[in-house]
Amino acid sequence: MTKEQMNGSEIVLKALVDHGVTEVFGYPGGAVLPIYDAIFKQNRLRHILVRQEGGAVHAAEGYARSTGKVGVVLVTSGPGATNAVTGLTDALMDSIPIICLTGQVPTHLIGNDAFQEADTTGITRPCTKHNYLVRSVDDLARVMHEAFLVAESGRPGPVVIDLPKDVLMAMGDYLPKNKVALKSYKPQLKAPTKTIKDAVAMIKAAKRPIIYAGGGVINSGPKASQLLTQFVKATGAPCTLTLMGLGAFPATDKQYIGMVGMHGTYEANMAMHDCDLMIAVGARFDDRITGRLDAFSPGSKKIHIDIDPSSINKNVAVDLGIVGDVAHVLEDLMKVWKASQAKIEAKALKAWWGQVNKWREKDSLKYVQTGQVIKPQHALCRLQEMTDKLKREVYITTEVGQHQMWAAQYLAFEKPNHWMTSGGLGTMGYGLPAALGVQIAHPKALVIGVAGEASFMMNMQELSTIAQYRLPVKILILNNFYMGMVRQWQELMHGSRYSESYMESLPDFVKLAESFGMKGLRASKLSEMDGMLEEMISHDGPVIADLNVDPKENVFPMIPSGAAHNEMLLGPDDKASESNSQTGMVLV
Amino acid sequence: MTSETTQTNQHTIAVLVDNEPGVLARVIGLFSGRGYNIESLTVAETRRGRHLSRITIVTSGTPMVIEQIKAQLSRLIPIHEVSDLTMEGPYVERELALVKVKGAGEKRVESLRIADIFRARAVDSTNETFVFEIVGTSNKIDAFVDLMKPLGLIDISRTGVVAISRGTESLEGDD
Repeated sequence: MTKEQMNGSEIVLKALVDHGVTEVFGYPGGAVLPIYDAIFKQNRLRHILVRQEGGAVHAAEGYARSTGKVGVVLVTSGPGATNAVTGLTDALMDSIPIICLTGQVPTHLIGNDAFQEADTTGITRPCTKHNYLVRSVDDLARVMHEAFLVAESGRPGPVVIDLPKDVLMAMGDYLPKNKVALKSYKPQLKAPTKTIKDAVAMIKAAKRPIIYAGGGVINSGPKASQLLTQFVKATGAPCTLTLMGLGAFPATDKQYIGMVGMHGTYEANMAMHDCDLMIAVGARFDDRITGRLDAFSPGSKKIHIDIDPSSINKNVAVDLGIVGDVAHVLEDLMKVWKASQAKIEAKALKAWWGQVNKWREKDSLKYVQTGQVIKPQHALCRLQEMTDKLKREVYITTEVGQHQMWAAQYLAFEKPNHWMTSGGLGTMGYGLPAALGVQIAHPKALVIGVAGEASFMMNMQELSTIAQYRLPVKILILNNFYMGMVRQWQELMHGSRYSESYMESLPDFVKLAESFGMKGLRASKLSEMDGMLEEMISHDGPVIADLNVDPKENVFPMIPSGAAHNEMLLGPDDKASESNSQTGMVLV
Repeated sequence: MTSETTQTNQHTIAVLVDNEPGVLARVIGLFSGRGYNIESLTVAETRRGRHLSRITIVTSGTPMVIEQIKAQLSRLIPIHEVSDLTMEGPYVERELALVKVKGAGEKRVESLRIADIFRARAVDSTNETFVFEIVGTSNKIDAFVDLMKPLGLIDISRTGVVAISRGTESLEGDD
């Protein structure tokens, strides 16, 4: 085979193209100028110029989450790389495949405190799945291919490739991608038949089963969501989803009992607490799901399906851990289930559903909309009704806080990859750049970024990117003039001392939109709301919609920090017990 | 919780890694970032041509934490094998120490006598000092050090534990 000689920058771009990359989110700077020069001379890769490197990573996350492809980021050395750190950590926590190319000072200057030098591999080691410093152009193509393998396979995650400027300019050989394999990295996709059979036996014997599915189902691909749906149907069990799992099972299905966890539904959390068999599918038992660990689902046996062996028995000891890819495992489970004509005892299941439905009757997501003050929940319900009628694909991104929880509670996701949110890290400022990334990937779709005014301002420089690429993103700000979730916790746990949680000196969002050449809308009364939402949806271009909502509204139901699933607060009249608020105060 | 699940035990873990820059930092960062103990850690390339290094870690934790440590180590990309020697059957464990003792007269003679009992060798001597080389389990070295303290111990350098399984098991596999 003849080897192709080219410079380091061309090797980087060729590798990206070979891995099917069509868009790169980035920001130029001294150390990456050779790559930008190579970008200038080609037309297969489209570069999206963000306004801050943090925005580039979130945009790539939105792109990746909504397509299942790897999101690619290109930033310069030093501050370019350090600005990317939050996004990388976010991608690590939520298992989003990202390749982040960072410039680096030339190899002979590394360690000399050169201009715009930072120890990027040192800084990003704990916030990436893996990282590389490429010291020679001879390693470059191999590292590029390895990085894609690592980012995409197993439990996906971010990979940083640190590229010294001299390596980018040196001539080298291009190694084709099929020549690369990693000896020490082979994620286990299929589980042993015995564990599958053990799982089937446990499910058959269950009387009060629950299926608890998370973001791993979405990462496993759309087929995993279909298989999950088949599996839920076959067992007849109730299904709940985590924040990261929304869309993995259709929200309108009768067997769906809502989101689980701190702001999950009453029926989901009670069913988790009282079940006798919990089947965790691509979910990781994090503290927002479990509440107080020693009171977490005390009477149940637990099966845990996860591709990452370190997720199993990390927070909650389980009876059967199944290491494997969700789609592979569910497929095998369904085969054995069907072959053995397995069934859960109908009488027991009926009684269990009777109980679940009794919990459901509490209607834990009810809210009261009276008068002209807009309830944020009502706004989202109306948004859902309006988008239901559309024939377009609808993608939702959120920032972090109250609006995020309301969006998770009141919007309905029928399909995977349509809901982009920062779950694990809880990064305010995620949603706006993520929406931009989603819209780049799906130019014709309706992309709505549900935001709070505080989160919105954390990355609002990306409005300029949205304007530059004429992306018809709709930003719906549920403006309550507070950092709502901070305020809610201060109200519930710190005696309503609203320390620094009030948003002063907000911009005029309508004028802000107009200054970027976008449409700006505002509604502060119920009578104006529907018209505004309709205008937002139908406008052919980017919109910032400033919806002034009830500043005092809190997110319910809620499991206070340090409380168990059966100690939920259902509304403002419920009070957390004193002991719980004391232990809860030290938790986050 | 039962005492079985909350009791802390010491484990010796052998890890086979690619010998590449940053690999030790990954392992150490994992331990510090997740709050695990490192009681001892040794690392060196084992066979030059294969670019493999072997790390021996002595750590302690509850069974659940030890399982986590192993799973988290296995997750690192340049790590080939993780072997919990404590769990996986009999193994041999050794540490080497260099112990400097300063003294004169009867104390100096006594230090030589004890070194003889422990099969420690004097690898350096001056009119006032000896440097003893001692090899053994960490407990044996602790005992030796305790005995040398009243005899004028002034400096110690210890390697940390290296360990290997007994029998035919191999972490590295064949060439």
